Amino acid sequence: MIEVKELVKSFGDVTVLKGITTTFETGKTNLIIGQSGSGKTVLLKSLLGIHKPDSGKILYDGRAYWDLNEDEKRDLRTEIGMVFQGSALFDSMTVAQNVAFPLRMFSTKTQGEIKDRVDQVLQRVNLIDAHKKMPSEISGGMQKRVAIARAIVNNPKYLFCDEPNSGLDPKTSTVIDNLIQEITKEYNITTVINTHDMNSVMEIGEKIVFLKEGVLAWEGTKKEIFKTDNEAIVDFVYSSNLFKKVRKAQRREDKDADAEL
Amino acid sequence: MIVARYLTQIGKYFLMIKEVFRKPTKASVMRGLILKEIDDLIIGSLGIVAFISFFVGGVVSIQTALNLTNPLIPKYLIGFATRQSVILEFAPTFISIIMAGKVGSFITSSIGTMRVTEQIDALEVMGVNALNYLVFPKIVALMLYPFVIMLSMFLGILGGWMAGVYGGFVSSTEFIQGIQTEFIPFHITYAFIKTIIFAILLATIPSFHGFYMKGGALEVGKASTTSFVWTSVAIILSNYILTQLLLSK
Repeated sequence: MIEVKELVKSFGDVTVLKGITTTFETGKTNLIIGQSGSGKTVLLKSLLGIHKPDSGKILYDGRAYWDLNEDEKRDLRTEIGMVFQGSALFDSMTVAQNVAFPLRMFSTKTQGEIKDRVDQVLQRVNLIDAHKKMPSEISGGMQKRVAIARAIVNNPKYLFCDEPNSGLDPKTSTVIDNLIQEITKEYNITTVINTHDMNSVMEIGEKIVFLKEGVLAWEGTKKEIFKTDNEAIVDFVYSSNLFKKVRKAQRREDKDADAEL
Repeated sequence: MIVARYLTQIGKYFLMIKEVFRKPTKASVMRGLILKEIDDLIIGSLGIVAFISFFVGGVVSIQTALNLTNPLIPKYLIGFATRQSVILEFAPTFISIIMAGKVGSFITSSIGTMRVTEQIDALEVMGVNALNYLVFPKIVALMLYPFVIMLSMFLGILGGWMAGVYGGFVSSTEFIQGIQTEFIPFHITYAFIKTIIFAILLATIPSFHGFYMKGGALEVGKASTTSFVWTSVAIILSNYILTQLLLSK
């Protein structure tokens, strides 16, 4: 579990995060949503230790990240897997070398053990045939799956994904969403996803944290989104006509169910 | 204001150097990285260095011969001038300027592209010391740079000999006599001291510009140009300081 307490982060005179307090639970897909400029990426990068907060705490299963010494921070980082928006695969390495990278850097495994583990995770993301290819030779969706494989190869406790569906078609997006959710359950990890893809929210959002102008404006589950009257989240989610219709239908179903009871 | 900005950048550069030597990467991984950098930075530069050195050595020889119009000046001075020019300045300094363009822009653009595509963020999130992983192997690889300069010296003088002798400006015996005249072994030491300093500048200044760049593809190009300019400036300035320190009496 990751706990965020009163997190404040400014850049110059602009305060981007204004006292965020929330928790990201283990074994669940936790989603951070919000408009562009709402502070999602800054929150994610603060969780990852890329941005140092001005005040507040980030606790990884009770360990306050910024209170740790350099060695402890490095150890903690080896427990983190990250899927970047653009996949961030090392373009001088093959798919298999990319996936093997965290193991080569941090584990004491032999070459044979590393190869077995790489094959295992590539099998898991259905990319075993692509292991000799270079990142430039595979599609965007495949690159995302390689990035997921690289993120989970070292059995992380925490998985972070920054816009995992950006630039992907709806079908591939669903594949990626489902893969992330399955992996979260399989490995019982704390997954935090930064997205503005409402389909992802409805598909896999077990806990949703909604940011607006650097403030936590709403949090809850995907089911609660349909019931809430919180103006900020309603305004954000139902800016699309499709979701307005979905909400109406959902509310009608709920009413009918209540009437039957 | 501008001075303060430059001082900030210089301070940041030295802090980067300090960080390069902290938290070393696993030896087995580092070995592979160093070999790759030797291939990219040293082996990959031999062709252009050999080509330029040979022909510039030839031009120095011809220019000297054409300017020796007084019949009282001995012909062996052609060999002497070629040796002095090539060993003292051409090979260590001007080849380094060329390397700032070739190797320096390669380093800046490759690290800059890694920054733009979040590959450096990926390294840092994994707990890798990105500066050690990316810059240290380049510094180690460029410690072989004196061999490149040695080759440049040899080919420069060979080019001078061939142009002088086969161009009919000087006999082979006179040219070789010139090469041997008033030879000061310390000049070779001086040239290699300069070479080592330039090698460190060639590895670190372009890395600095690539690592701390911000923006997209356009900025990668701009960073490469800026890195070439600043590496050249640093080489020329340190050349002046080292010459003053090592050769003046």
